[in-house]
Amino acid sequence: MSFGDTQVLHDVSFKFERGKTNLVIGQSGSGKSVLTKCIIGLHNPEKGQILYDGLDFSAMKKKEKKKIRTQIGMLFQGGALFDSLSVIENVIFPLKMFTKMSRKEMLDRANFCLERVDIIDKNNLFPSEISGGMQKRVAIARAIVMKPKYLFCDEPNSGLDPLTAILIDNLIKELTEEYNMTTVVITHDMNSVLEIGDNIMFIYKGKNHWEGDKDSIITTPNKEVNDFVYSSKFLKLFKEKMN
Amino acid sequence: MFAKPEKISVYWARLMEEMMQLGIKSLGIVILMSAFMGAVIVIQSATAIDSAWIPDYTVGFTAKQSIILEFSPTIMSLILAGKVGSNIASELGSMRVTEQIDALEIMGINTKAYLIRPKIIAAVLIFPVVIIFSMAFGFGGGWMASFGTGLIPEEQYLVGIQSFYDDNLWMITYALIKATVFAFIITSVSSYHGYYTSGGALEVGKSSTNAVVYSSVLILLANLLLTQLLLI
Repeated sequence: MSFGDTQVLHDVSFKFERGKTNLVIGQSGSGKSVLTKCIIGLHNPEKGQILYDGLDFSAMKKKEKKKIRTQIGMLFQGGALFDSLSVIENVIFPLKMFTKMSRKEMLDRANFCLERVDIIDKNNLFPSEISGGMQKRVAIARAIVMKPKYLFCDEPNSGLDPLTAILIDNLIKELTEEYNMTTVVITHDMNSVLEIGDNIMFIYKGKNHWEGDKDSIITTPNKEVNDFVYSSKFLKLFKEKMN
Repeated sequence: MFAKPEKISVYWARLMEEMMQLGIKSLGIVILMSAFMGAVIVIQSATAIDSAWIPDYTVGFTAKQSIILEFSPTIMSLILAGKVGSNIASELGSMRVTEQIDALEIMGINTKAYLIRPKIIAAVLIFPVVIIFSMAFGFGGGWMASFGTGLIPEEQYLVGIQSFYDDNLWMITYALIKATVFAFIITSVSSYHGYYTSGGALEVGKSSTNAVVYSSVLILLANLLLTQLLLI
């Protein structure tokens, strides 16, 4: 995948497991977000295949792609809630567009999802009237309202305090197991990596450089991964103590 | 853009919402400006045509010609290009930079059809109505001026605006054709600039400015072209 003369991704090959939180990590500019955009079809890769349960997404016709997209839930970095809609209308929106549910059924489903993410009594507020953490949780509720098979999260805890970030991470993990979804989390937050990293893929200079899990990432001798993991003073000290 | 809607009821609701947003919510400013401009046209015409050889109803006739042919369809559209055009471009631009359009796209929604088409259809349907309001309130403003200032007798003003009755229908049709074309220009140009915004808040501002500038220039060109085609 290139932009002009700059090749952002090349020789990338991952398999994301169902029912697990698959983390794609790497430095800023390593190609993580471009990878997600390719996977969800916002960018078209020049070469290669993107397979959803064996079906080649990049070769699909519009109608088929649409069908797959209704099975995808996406949590954007900033939440991407619709400003003009209230919290409840944001969550109902996919149901309104793609199901034949009655208003009552839609409200019941949306309320269930909002309660699941601990958003109570905020139905009539607008996104600008709730905190960043709440916006993320509403966005998660919107992402799971259609019971998706695949959940993509682009830096889900960016801009959140550490406590809220952990809450969001754990919520994603719980929902992944509950709905048996294939969850892909793009992050460069080491707390997330250590908290929910069932499978971890490390991207370096547009290539997949290392794969493992939250336990092996701490002990790997891979230099680039080590530089990334132990970039903070705190983790460096932690490593020294461990040694 | 012309794809079949995912759900007709949702698109219908969007169309109504846009008609309200683009048309009905613009009525206040349109009425205010038209009434004042109508009054000013009458006062200026009355003071300029201050001759015993020219009948008083000429002022009403001049006001009618100015309001129907140019002020209501063109000047009002230029004002609406500023109000509605910047609103559309900034709305779509902010949706783009905050990834709301991407969110719709991922859900499987045809974003151009969902976001832009209702705006264009709504404007094409509602702008002519807004322009008729503008004409009516322009005449009203002119009547208030003739009545309030006493520069011309109000009955002479009324005779003036009713003169050459047979031509009036064609003039109004011409004005409404222009309003429809201008509505299409404003919404499509502004939507284009908003939809293809990339970057951040600064670019949203730029898109908004570009939308107004390009819409205004295109309105002026289309005005010249339509006048040539329809009136000559």
